Amino acid sequence: MADLAAAGEPGQGAGRPDGPQAPHRVIGTPAPAASRTMLAGEPEVAAAPRELPADPEDMDSARRAERVVAACFIIAMLAGLGFIAAYVIFQVHTVNNTLHSNLALGVTMAVTFIAMGVGATIWVRRLMPDVELTEERHPLASTPENKAAFAETFEEGAEASQFVKRPLIRRTLIAATVPVALAPIVLLRDLGPLPEKSLDHTVWKKGTRLVVYGTNRPLTPADFSSPGGSLSVIPEGFADNDDALAKAATTLIKFRPGELQAPTVMNWTVDGIVAYSKICTHLGCPAALYEQTTHHILCPCHQSTFDAARGAQVLFGPATRPLPQLPLTTNAQGFLVAQSDYHEPVGPSFWERS
Amino acid sequence: MSTNRALEGVGTWLDDRLHGARGVRVLLRKVFPDHWTFLLGEIALYSFIILLLTGTFLTLFFEPSMSKVIYHGSYTNLDGVSMSRAYASTLNISFDVRGGLLMRQIHHWAADLFMAAIMAHMIRIFFTGAYRKPREVNWLIGIILFTLGLLEGLFGYSLPDDLLSGAGLRILEGVLQSIPIVGTYLAFFLFGGPFPGNDIVPRMYMLHILLIPGLILALVTAHLFIMVFQKHTQMPGKGRTNTNVVGQPMYPYFMAKTGAFFFFTFGILALAGAFAQINPVWLYGPYNPVAMAAGSQPDFYMGMLEGALRVFPAWQWVVFGHTFAFNVFIPALLPLGALFTGAAFWPFIEQWVTGDRLEHHVNDRPRNAPTRTAIGIAVITFYGVLWAEGANDILAEHFDISLYLTTEIARIAWIVGPVIAYIVTKRICLGLQLKDVHLLEHGVETGIIRQLPSGEFIEETRPVDEESRAVLESRPHYESLPRGAGADPEVPAPGMRGAIGKARERLYNVITESVPLPASGHANGHGNGHAIEGNGHSVEDNGHGEQAPAAVPSGSGQSGDAPDDERPDQP
Repeated sequence: MADLAAAGEPGQGAGRPDGPQAPHRVIGTPAPAASRTMLAGEPEVAAAPRELPADPEDMDSARRAERVVAACFIIAMLAGLGFIAAYVIFQVHTVNNTLHSNLALGVTMAVTFIAMGVGATIWVRRLMPDVELTEERHPLASTPENKAAFAETFEEGAEASQFVKRPLIRRTLIAATVPVALAPIVLLRDLGPLPEKSLDHTVWKKGTRLVVYGTNRPLTPADFSSPGGSLSVIPEGFADNDDALAKAATTLIKFRPGELQAPTVMNWTVDGIVAYSKICTHLGCPAALYEQTTHHILCPCHQSTFDAARGAQVLFGPATRPLPQLPLTTNAQGFLVAQSDYHEPVGPSFWERS
Repeated sequence: MSTNRALEGVGTWLDDRLHGARGVRVLLRKVFPDHWTFLLGEIALYSFIILLLTGTFLTLFFEPSMSKVIYHGSYTNLDGVSMSRAYASTLNISFDVRGGLLMRQIHHWAADLFMAAIMAHMIRIFFTGAYRKPREVNWLIGIILFTLGLLEGLFGYSLPDDLLSGAGLRILEGVLQSIPIVGTYLAFFLFGGPFPGNDIVPRMYMLHILLIPGLILALVTAHLFIMVFQKHTQMPGKGRTNTNVVGQPMYPYFMAKTGAFFFFTFGILALAGAFAQINPVWLYGPYNPVAMAAGSQPDFYMGMLEGALRVFPAWQWVVFGHTFAFNVFIPALLPLGALFTGAAFWPFIEQWVTGDRLEHHVNDRPRNAPTRTAIGIAVITFYGVLWAEGANDILAEHFDISLYLTTEIARIAWIVGPVIAYIVTKRICLGLQLKDVHLLEHGVETGIIRQLPSGEFIEETRPVDEESRAVLESRPHYESLPRGAGADPEVPAPGMRGAIGKARERLYNVITESVPLPASGHANGHGNGHAIEGNGHSVEDNGHGEQAPAAVPSGSGQSGDAPDDERPDQP
């Protein structure tokens, strides 16, 4: 709105109606000398002398530049039309079509904007006459009189409000604001349930079958007989439950006889198959990388490295605790099942964890 | 003149109601100084506008919901896969909405450009001392804006609920949990229960499209208002002082230039959106808590936090049945927290140490504030080491270094690197000052050798021109520390006794360390009108000095040697 109001004022080249000292001037004529002297002192208020030349010095160069600028704007217009055309012509719905549509739309859009930018830049630099103005700064601090007047006004108001003189009102008002400020915080209480003991447990329990992540197929030790292999397994029946999997995801690794060493709990392994939590004890990323030759489990997020042959102890990185081991056994049908839940909380450290 | 009359009509109508003529006229003539680094903040502003435009388009099609659907859309590689509506609608924006992919990519590139421009802008402000009085408030607003930008970016790239961003949220959950006492509560309140739950995407959506952009918009408005009110700083140069501002007026020059710059920013981002694929979520797949890809990287502005988490050693205490996960909450909160806190306090620390209470509108050249510049480079080094460590797996792979070695290097470099950077930068700044002093004292070498009648060869020099001289002689001005009232300057003023006073004096000596300017200021003639007390030697008689045998040592002023231990004693 304010800009529009300004546009109503004649800009460079025309006379200024708001100052009695500024007679109506014709474009290109020099400013009347008188206005300069009469205006000294309050340059920001009344009409200023002409500060901007109306035309650049080199008119031939300006004429050439004018054509270049116009050409840029025509290119921008054509590219803009091209953008609309590309929108209509290029359909999407397949990867290839999307690629072509994206290229066509993106290039036409970029050309539109860049041509506008180039045109405007040449306009400023070659067509507009070069000027350098100097504007005075004034100290930001108010004058002592103004400061004193403010202080007086403020104190008058404070006195008139009786705020200082009547401590009863003051104190009760302050007392009233406390619950008002607390209430919105209390309102946030139902953002979520309290954690209580939920972080200590996973959905694994005695007899839960291990199923292969992705296919949901239960496993017998014989199904997983190639030493050095590793598999992601999840508890049966929780394939679609992200909240459960976020803690229960487990890595199954098969070792050759004799490779597994303490502190791996041997009673929790079946035929050299050991199960560790897949949830990194640093920050909960799935520790998804397994290197067969070194038996290292590596978390791709922050490179905590665990020794799978030795109870998943930490070898390197920011994790402080080994990956918890899931007690394994086989059930009557010969499928791999959990003996129980993990014996310690899985995943990252938290305050209540002991 | 009929258009003029029409505009006058509209203008009068508005002015009768809003009284704009006088104020807006002043605004139209407002002078904007020119320097290429002044454009950095504009890039940030225009990126933000582009983010609002493209983001509005994206909200028309994005579904912020974690309820599951089986996907049967245009991207056939994921046909039949169970995913959240958030992810599915992101695929639809990419493959089924014309221009949707372009808007998504421009939005993401603009976010990266926004953060990069803010960083570059803040670095410029710091190194030129443009945060000094009266601009401390805008400096603080800038730090808040940067923090909000980090959050806004994190929530934004997490919205599609893809595998990569889901891992980022998992890390966020782990970080929250690690905070002593309240950690698990914070995590459960944010996620509405155990991770991942069903609430996080709609909640982040509200924060991302309403609350945080609203705050950013309000603060950007305040930032710009204050900037206009206080007027822009200017680089040192002839005729530029602390009481004026030299440049081109807003209307029509700055308007046209900045409009062009907006178009360039948008054009470059459109090019990036057309040719440079960013965040191809369809390749990552929908989030599930069991899978994870190697080489996962957050957006660049999160790299420093990621690196801090990677570099910090595995320290943890268990005390009275409670876990202090130092390995998580210290690197997550301390480095960035210290950086922001330090940045926020720095202007006030500098003011306190130097006793400088003046307004500053002419920027410093970084070399002329060697300690400030050295601190800045040290902080950038600190940030840079952690940032690089955030991508150490990528670095290890590309440069064929051991993964663990990169971390070991970073563990040393994030401590030692800043110290070395500080020392080296300070030496370089003082060296550059010496060079400036040499130029002022001896002039510019012309390469012309002359033989004097005596047979002696001299090289001709030419005095530096007035514009360069104004730049070379611009130095921050420091008051000397308060001294005792008596005649004996060795007796410290009351405020300067005691440990705090001594510390201040020591810091003062460090902060104000500089090579003194030549005492006369005009050693090789060519007075330029603001001569300081002449020191009697008059080489000034040879007009424009083409013949000035200035290379002959004239014994003027200080030689500029041994700057290191000298207290500055400039005028």
